[in-house]
Amino acid sequence: MRRSVFYDFIKGFIEENPTFRLVIGMCPTLAVTTSVVNGFWMGVSVIFVLVFANVFVSLLRKVTPDEIRLPVFVILIATPVVIVELVMRAYLPAMYEILGIFVPLIVVNCIIIARAEAFAFKQPVLNSFADGLGIGAGYTLNLILISGIREFLGTGQITVGSFRFPAAPFFEPAAVMLTPPGGFICLGLLMAVLNVLLARRERKAKAQAV
Amino acid sequence: MTERLVVSPSPHWKTGKTVPALMLDVVMALMPAVVASVVFFGWKALAIILTSVSSAVISEAVYEKAVKREVTIKDYSAVITGILLAMNMPPGVPLWMPAIGSAFAIVIAKQLFGGLGCNFVNPALAGRAFLMAAWPLHMTRDWLAPGFFGGVDAAASATPLAVLKGASGGALPGIWDMLLGNRAGCLGETSIIAILIGGIYLIWKEVIDPRIPLGFIGTVFVLTWVFGKPGAFFQGNAVYHILSGGLFLGAFFMATDYVTSPVTAKGRLLMGIGCGAITVLIRLWGGYPEGVSYSILLMNLVTPLIDRVVVPRYYGWKGEARKEKAL
Repeated sequence: MRRSVFYDFIKGFIEENPTFRLVIGMCPTLAVTTSVVNGFWMGVSVIFVLVFANVFVSLLRKVTPDEIRLPVFVILIATPVVIVELVMRAYLPAMYEILGIFVPLIVVNCIIIARAEAFAFKQPVLNSFADGLGIGAGYTLNLILISGIREFLGTGQITVGSFRFPAAPFFEPAAVMLTPPGGFICLGLLMAVLNVLLARRERKAKAQAV
Repeated sequence: MTERLVVSPSPHWKTGKTVPALMLDVVMALMPAVVASVVFFGWKALAIILTSVSSAVISEAVYEKAVKREVTIKDYSAVITGILLAMNMPPGVPLWMPAIGSAFAIVIAKQLFGGLGCNFVNPALAGRAFLMAAWPLHMTRDWLAPGFFGGVDAAASATPLAVLKGASGGALPGIWDMLLGNRAGCLGETSIIAILIGGIYLIWKEVIDPRIPLGFIGTVFVLTWVFGKPGAFFQGNAVYHILSGGLFLGAFFMATDYVTSPVTAKGRLLMGIGCGAITVLIRLWGGYPEGVSYSILLMNLVTPLIDRVVVPRYYGWKGEARKEKAL
């Protein structure tokens, strides 16, 4: 059974949402989501690496011996990570300072190795491309959502460049949201909300089927 | 209604104690401390307590309505959480803080884990820890000097613990003031006498086990006496240490929470000693002047482990056989 390329793209947003459904790639999710800008650039880096790695793993899947597939994956993943790292260091040095170790650590990000192993290694190139793009975009949206909530509650406003919303905080910011416990609380609550919504949808679908 | 056969483990002997009755006892026992806080910190204290309690009760009702669970606000457990959280706050905090803290305590720390009986840490302390992490300046600076009924000096005032630690200047209040509650501190922790009245009432009514508060306070006394003075042993100001901070409040009202303390006698003693040791560790060598709330939270987390270690002896089993069984 071959699923449509479109489905492989769209599933990364809800059904196989990496953060809330597959629960992978949690380390950067908790560590860098203290501001929307950080979350966005982290997400973009992951999209690039994921698409690159998925496409090449898929291209080489027929000539890669099973026994050494993991070392091959690692090389195929490390290459785009080095590209991202060097490009970011050259053109976004300030952002590189902030994301720091988490950029090179994309090499060992579970999302990428999991998609290579579970998807790209068995699927055609186009589907793998769509999968990488979808999962990566879903991940980026998650990071922006979490970091938006944390930045808003933790600093009282969301700052993107010189744009600030609201212009001045109208409540006393809760510093805890910028700390790891705040990250865990925020993530847990979002996951709970998504689970409730999905469970409700499933119940409805079942009721209709009957 | 069909008749149902209830299968349950022993003991099958039932007392008349019910959850609301026990909880009401705790509320009654907290009243002296509530009155003392109003006497020393004025109507501001009453406003904080009322805000905290109403926020706790409303959050419990709203959450239980939202998830279509039985609404349990009549069992007084939310009321206790509200009072305890208020007792743990400096008297100068803005009123939105107890409101948010209570809502956090009830929804995040209690209801999300399944409601009364299922929370893994004391909700009031979780609320306090959250407020402490969220708005640390309010929680550590908004002290007021005590005065009788509204005669409260608005100037910030150092707590005895901060003075003991050398974190802020000022003179230590006399022992009598410490006992009575005429000193800076959180709402409910200042008046040792008021807390003792409530604590003894609870012990007399057999609501709480004296092992936890006695183990807790005893350990703090001994350890601060031995290590309290840097560079010299057995010269610490132990009396001051046990009278200051939230030790009595925590030992009698928060470490003894049924849900989050061990069920056996030996386990409870261990709980008390553990709380005392962690408190002293934080007070003498840690970054904060006060460690009572964190020590109780930490011991809450190891309560299931304590319960596993001190398995009661099986009736009829001895020595070796018991050991084997416990594994």
